[in-house]
Formats: sequence, structure tokens, C-alpha cells
Amino acid sequence: MSTQIPVEKKVLNENQRIAAELREKFREHKILVLNVISSPGSGKTTLLERTLQQFDKNKRVVVLTGDLQTENDARRLARWGYPVKQIVTGGTCHLDAKMIEKHLADWPLDTFDILLIENVGNLVCPSSYDLGEHAKVVILSVTEGEDKPLKYPSIFFKSELMILSKVDLLPYVPFDAELAKQNARTVHPGMEIVEVSCQSGDGLRQWIDWIEAKFAAVRSGALELSAAK
Amino acid sequence: MHELSLVASILDQLEDELAKRPGSRFSKVGLRIGDLAGVDVDSLTFGFDALVKDTHWEPLALEIETVKRRQQCPRCKHEFEAEHWSTACPACNEAATVTIAGEELQIAFIEVEE
Repeated sequence: MSTQIPVEKKVLNENQRIAAELREKFREHKILVLNVISSPGSGKTTLLERTLQQFDKNKRVVVLTGDLQTENDARRLARWGYPVKQIVTGGTCHLDAKMIEKHLADWPLDTFDILLIENVGNLVCPSSYDLGEHAKVVILSVTEGEDKPLKYPSIFFKSELMILSKVDLLPYVPFDAELAKQNARTVHPGMEIVEVSCQSGDGLRQWIDWIEAKFAAVRSGALELSAAK
Repeated sequence: MHELSLVASILDQLEDELAKRPGSRFSKVGLRIGDLAGVDVDSLTFGFDALVKDTHWEPLALEIETVKRRQQCPRCKHEFEAEHWSTACPACNEAATVTIAGEELQIAFIEVEE
């Protein structure tokens, strides 16, 4: 005879448990944590490079950068003088909370203020994994399709901010920026959007101000970490 | 393709459930997956069959209940299904509606043979 027993547990229970532990540690040390996600080639590493280059040098920033293979991104990012560590996933298409926990193990949490996580280039899988972050940030470049938010709704729904990148290319590509923004806000009503060009530098200040405002909110206790969407 | 990792997490949790019920056998596991969960049901089913095959779990059926994205309007309280991701309120045109369902990624139930 068979009986149905309710379980009602999250599939990613174990990831959630580790993310909750990380979140508690980040809260204790008042560290701002951002999880940056995009397709391959949208400009995550370039954006982070420009961010580090221009960031307030008094802020202690560290970066974890994920890739299936190679340490290339860590080398690129390390040039700006902040501690950077590469997470080589060896084929896994996303970062999970356990990888973050492991790579933070020998970085004392009282030695930095802001942790930037560059996820593996992928718009699907990283959306399911909570890393204990304050916010997910999704990048969409103007060389992609305006309908990406509709094709990959999960990540656009879960990200607090969308960065529309490579906007210096707008005169040369058939990309309707207004439509892209409208699509993002269809999936995620009220989504914040910043337009950035890492070549001309346009919009970088606005993005850095966004990070600074989040950081100030973490320090003042106004922004408490809650379970990520 | 993170569906294999999801299946591995599901089987880990089934292992815990089995430990609580020594001697029993599971014949089915029921999942609840929302439109916003970012999960491809076909890939998940494929991964499930692959990871269950030739293990002590076999035969184990998989039942997936998909959950549509539902929104609620903060202004007129109307609740609606977000067809084609359109989240504006069909009753009063309010743009900033709130998601009330569709993010599920849960193990809903197991079926136990006793």
C-alpha cells in the first residue's frame, strides 16, 4: 500500500543553509556582497575592472570570479591592486554557496568591506543559487537581443539592478534600448537600470554610486540581508 | 544545465527522508516548479532518469507540478496569471504589481510503499 507524505522542502535546501550561514557572517561584519551575472561576453570582467580602477581606494574591496576553466579573469582583475581569487568550477555552470564558503575560508572577514562576486557566464543556472548576497546584478549588452529579459525571466526577475552595457555601440547595432528596458520591467516591475559604457566611461559613476549607496546602507544597518529572491 | 545538480540535491534529501523511515521504499517523488525558478522541466526529467537508473532508488517515478507566475495588483487587489510575462494589471493597468506565485522549486511529497 502506498501513502503520500508531504515533504515541502526546497530542492536547494543545502545551498540555502550554507547561504544563510554566509549571510549571517556578512551581517556580523557589515560586508556588502553583490552577485554579478550575465551571458558570456556581456562584459562582466571589463565592468569589474573599470569599477576597481575607479573605486574609492579607502574601501577594501575583494573579488571572487567564477569560470569553468582558466585563471585569466583573476589575472585581469588583480591588476587594480585589490585581492582577487579565481573559482575554477571545472565544468559547473554556476557558483553555489559552498564554493563561496570554501574560497572565503582563508580571507578573514574583518579585512574587507565589499565582496564582488563575478558569476560564471550564464543567464540560467546562477539564478537558482543564493550565495548569501545582498543583491544580484544582471548585465545585458547591446550586442544581444532586446528580448533576453523575456527569454530568461528568472534572472531578470531576481536581479535588483540591470546594467545595460556597451552603450557606446548603440549607433552601430540594431538594438532598441527602450524596448530592452521595457522588457526588463515587464518581467520585473520597478527594476533599476543603469546604462554603462566601459569604453567611454559613461554611466560608470552612476553604477559606482549605486554600490556606494548600498554599502552605506549596510554600514548604517538600514540594509539588512534577507534571503535572496 | 544545472538540472543534474538539482536532481543530486533532491536525491540527497530523499536519502535523509529514507533514513527516518527504515525499511520503507519510495515509489514516487513530487516536485513543484514555478515559471520563475529557471528550471527546464525536460532537462530535469532527463537528469532524474539518468541519476536514478541502476541505483537503489529504481523504480522511482517523478511527478512535476508546474506553477504559473501569478501577480497581485497593490492598487485594486486583482490577482492574475502573468501571460507572456506581462505583469501590468489587466483590471486597472497598474504597472508595479507584486509576484505571489511562480518562484517555487520544492519537493512537495514522496510516495512511500509500506
